[in-house]
Amino acid sequence: MTQPNFGIVVFPGTWSDRDCRYAISTVLGYRASFVWHEDLNLDGYDALALPGGFSYGDYLRAGAIARFSPIMERVTEFAAAGRPVIGICNGFQILCEAGLLPGALIRNSHLEFRCEWVDLRVENIDTPFSHRARVGRTLRMPISHGEGNYQADRDTVEALERSGRVVFRYADREGRSVSSANPNGSVNNIAGIINEEGNVLGMMPHPERACETLLGGVDGNAVFQSIADSVMKFRLP
Amino acid sequence: MSDKQSAIGVSQETLDEVALSRAEYEAISERLGRDPSPLELGLFGSLWSEHCGYKHTKRLLRTLPVQSPRLLVTPGAENAGVIDIGDGLAIAMKIESHNHPSAVEPFQGAATGVGGIVRDIFAMGARPIALLNSLRFGSPEDPLNRFLFHGVVAGISSYGNCIGVPDVGGEIAFDDSYSGNPLVNAMCVGLIENGRMLSASAREPGDLLALVGADTGRDGIHGASGLASRAFEEEAEMRSAVQVGNPFLEKSLIEACLEAAKLDGVMGMQDLGAAGLASAAIEMAHRSGMGLRLDLSRVTRREEGMTPYEVMLSESQERMLLALRPGAEGEVFALFRKWDLGAQVIGEFTRGGNVLISDGPELSAESPIDVLVDAPEYVLSSSKPDWLTKMQDEDPARLPLPSEAPAGVLLRLLSSPNISSRRAVFRQYDHQVQNNTVIPPGGDAALLRLKGTKKAIAVSVDCNGRLCYLDPYAGSMIAVAEACRNVSCTGAEPIALTDGLNFGNPETSDVQYQLTESVRGIRDAALAFGVPVVSGNASMYNDSRGHSIHPTPIIGALGLLEDVNAHVTSGFKGDGDLIAVLGAECAWDHPGGLAGSEFAAVLHSWTGGRPFIDLAFEVRVQMLCRRLALEGIARSAHDCSNGGLAVAVAESAIIGGCGAALVEPLPERWDAAMFGETQSRVVISIRPDRLGDLLEIAREYGIPVSAAGTVGGDRLRFAEAIDVSLEEAGRAWSAGLAAATSD
Repeated sequence: MTQPNFGIVVFPGTWSDRDCRYAISTVLGYRASFVWHEDLNLDGYDALALPGGFSYGDYLRAGAIARFSPIMERVTEFAAAGRPVIGICNGFQILCEAGLLPGALIRNSHLEFRCEWVDLRVENIDTPFSHRARVGRTLRMPISHGEGNYQADRDTVEALERSGRVVFRYADREGRSVSSANPNGSVNNIAGIINEEGNVLGMMPHPERACETLLGGVDGNAVFQSIADSVMKFRLP
Repeated sequence: MSDKQSAIGVSQETLDEVALSRAEYEAISERLGRDPSPLELGLFGSLWSEHCGYKHTKRLLRTLPVQSPRLLVTPGAENAGVIDIGDGLAIAMKIESHNHPSAVEPFQGAATGVGGIVRDIFAMGARPIALLNSLRFGSPEDPLNRFLFHGVVAGISSYGNCIGVPDVGGEIAFDDSYSGNPLVNAMCVGLIENGRMLSASAREPGDLLALVGADTGRDGIHGASGLASRAFEEEAEMRSAVQVGNPFLEKSLIEACLEAAKLDGVMGMQDLGAAGLASAAIEMAHRSGMGLRLDLSRVTRREEGMTPYEVMLSESQERMLLALRPGAEGEVFALFRKWDLGAQVIGEFTRGGNVLISDGPELSAESPIDVLVDAPEYVLSSSKPDWLTKMQDEDPARLPLPSEAPAGVLLRLLSSPNISSRRAVFRQYDHQVQNNTVIPPGGDAALLRLKGTKKAIAVSVDCNGRLCYLDPYAGSMIAVAEACRNVSCTGAEPIALTDGLNFGNPETSDVQYQLTESVRGIRDAALAFGVPVVSGNASMYNDSRGHSIHPTPIIGALGLLEDVNAHVTSGFKGDGDLIAVLGAECAWDHPGGLAGSEFAAVLHSWTGGRPFIDLAFEVRVQMLCRRLALEGIARSAHDCSNGGLAVAVAESAIIGGCGAALVEPLPERWDAAMFGETQSRVVISIRPDRLGDLLEIAREYGIPVSAAGTVGGDRLRFAEAIDVSLEEAGRAWSAGLAAATSD
């Protein structure tokens, strides 16, 4: 069977597109190609990644303009068909703006941009994005954002927590989810969530930057490997 | 030609506006055979400005070494220097200042400084892969300087993060001489693959000139001739001369231009920076050995009613010029449309050497190009000021011993604004995007691997303005040596330099001496290292409130490491390792090392003495350091500079999370011993069983080595004098910068 095929959606202002392709294709050996936001054909892709960056400069609000881009209708259809969609950083912001994920990402509580390594506790391994990890184990990867402070109304947060839809939470090196390990002030130290159907994930940290020991760690690979595994399973008769 | 003025009629006010002297005006009139039109006067004002015409520095800059088998373009001939690094790859690099705009409006000044240097790099067909910045501010105790500091950092963060180029390093220093006149120098490094280098020139007459990117507005007029080329006191009045950046547009422009660079119809590319179209179009034509015909009515404008003068001198950001083969417009412009960017043909290159500028049917300027670009050159005085001799003759040994205990002095230095950790700043910069950053900011130099090869490049920017003030010649040699030393500490070999010359008013004799001596120092050091100075920038008139800044020749160094796996970092690696100091028989420094030191400035508010460096020795110390990296003997390497040996060892310990003990007994001058800043020293750590190898190799290079102590435990113990916990030292070092700059 051929390798899983990732589509990497590129908006003007996207900059993690090349890093995602590098991690997914060069490092992990899956197929990956760019999908320009005006190209409306998603045939042949097993999974989509919405990478990080500043789509349309993030003017107005992060992700607020990109959600109106023509490709987003197709992304919505793709997700509705049950296929995996991962939004990383700006991609997470766009998915929230597009209503594919609940809540919003507001300015970091300390009002500064943050680029540093964080530890994530994996809360749910029963998802297409995390089953290669172990519950309670930490994954180490970088963040790079100014608006990563996840917030939602109380009911939404409770629903997310109750249904195991919080997939990643900021934690210390020992895996304790403490506010001192939270780089942006997000509610309940949330770093990544999935939709109700479980096939759309948004996360602020950058798994594509944790793909090689030389660059500081390989924990991000588990995310793309999990997606690849679930795609192959999906393909089985 | 309309609106002619007679020489008698030109007012001092008009001349001031374009920053030309009356003698220069007369020279222009004589060479044109008539008086210049208003637009012509604006063109001369810009092209003959210090910023574009280098009239005070050109003679000196010609003396810098430019020989290297790796050199792919003649320094100064293009927008950036380009160095061959093998495997079909080349590196473009340049540093540029944006001091005056940042003094007036720190956020936009710094942001557009980043934007400008990035355009210089991708104009060469290079993908920008790293940014660095070198910043100087006055004392953070003054709220104005804190405002400038936060504004500049926010501006760099805002612009750099948005364009997807990692900001991998730099330096920040505080000194009163920069009060109200901050230095904001940005360096960019780009990668050229498959020999696809572009030139900022046209191929043949008839080639079209296209303006792409943002529309042209009234922003930034007189940026080059006004802000950057004369002394100004009423800075608030110049605020309208600062441009506003749009990093999103820049990101699209990078991608569109790099795609365009691959098309056959694109002959050349040039960025629009200081003096806008005036400088860019005329330089491009001059470089091509051609003339130029421009029709300004074809320039898409942001505002109604702009005059030809305003269109030519606008410094609107995020614009580029392309030289196109006729007929290529369709394909090229479609590409820019894909990225939602404007693109128009605004003129053509012509045979002969005339510049003809019209606005529709009306001719606005006509001049031989040779006259336009032939800025006068001034000879500088190089007599040493008496006050400097006096200052150099002061003897650091006459400083009293501090009354404070040694541990307290160490903690004070570790937390001081010039030494403490820069993490509070660099974590606001994306330093990882593009997935190449092997050594992130916080090390001696940043290290970037080059995908698809085993190679890596190391980059660093350095200058100690205080040392350059005390001795511009030695201080500038030290700036080169330190930039190279930082690169060597990673294991990489320095192969190219770029220089950002930041000085006061070059019309004064003191500054002329500083400038002359400084360039001589850079030259001699570059020759000693055998590396070319491939690009550079000069920023003059850095005076504020009646005083000049310290002479600050900021040096950017590029190093090449053939095998990225051989790289070395600055933190200690594990208990039991030995600490050795390369370049010193005895680990502890002598009183002469306090000349211009951070210790003397922090503890005694004293700046004096004479800095010294032996270049031949320095070169060998660095060769030794690299050899130890390559042979896997050095487990860590850290440059000994600000704060001396005690600070260098403390930093390696804090970064590595391992304690350290230095065993040699201290002399009576324990302050100089621990905190002296004698040059050419590197702190390394090795496994104990490699000591024999270390000493044997060091002998080969004729370099003394001191086995100074051991790594281990959770305390810093320096002889009998200091015993502090690593945690306490780490806290002081980590919190210092934020504490000093918070309101």
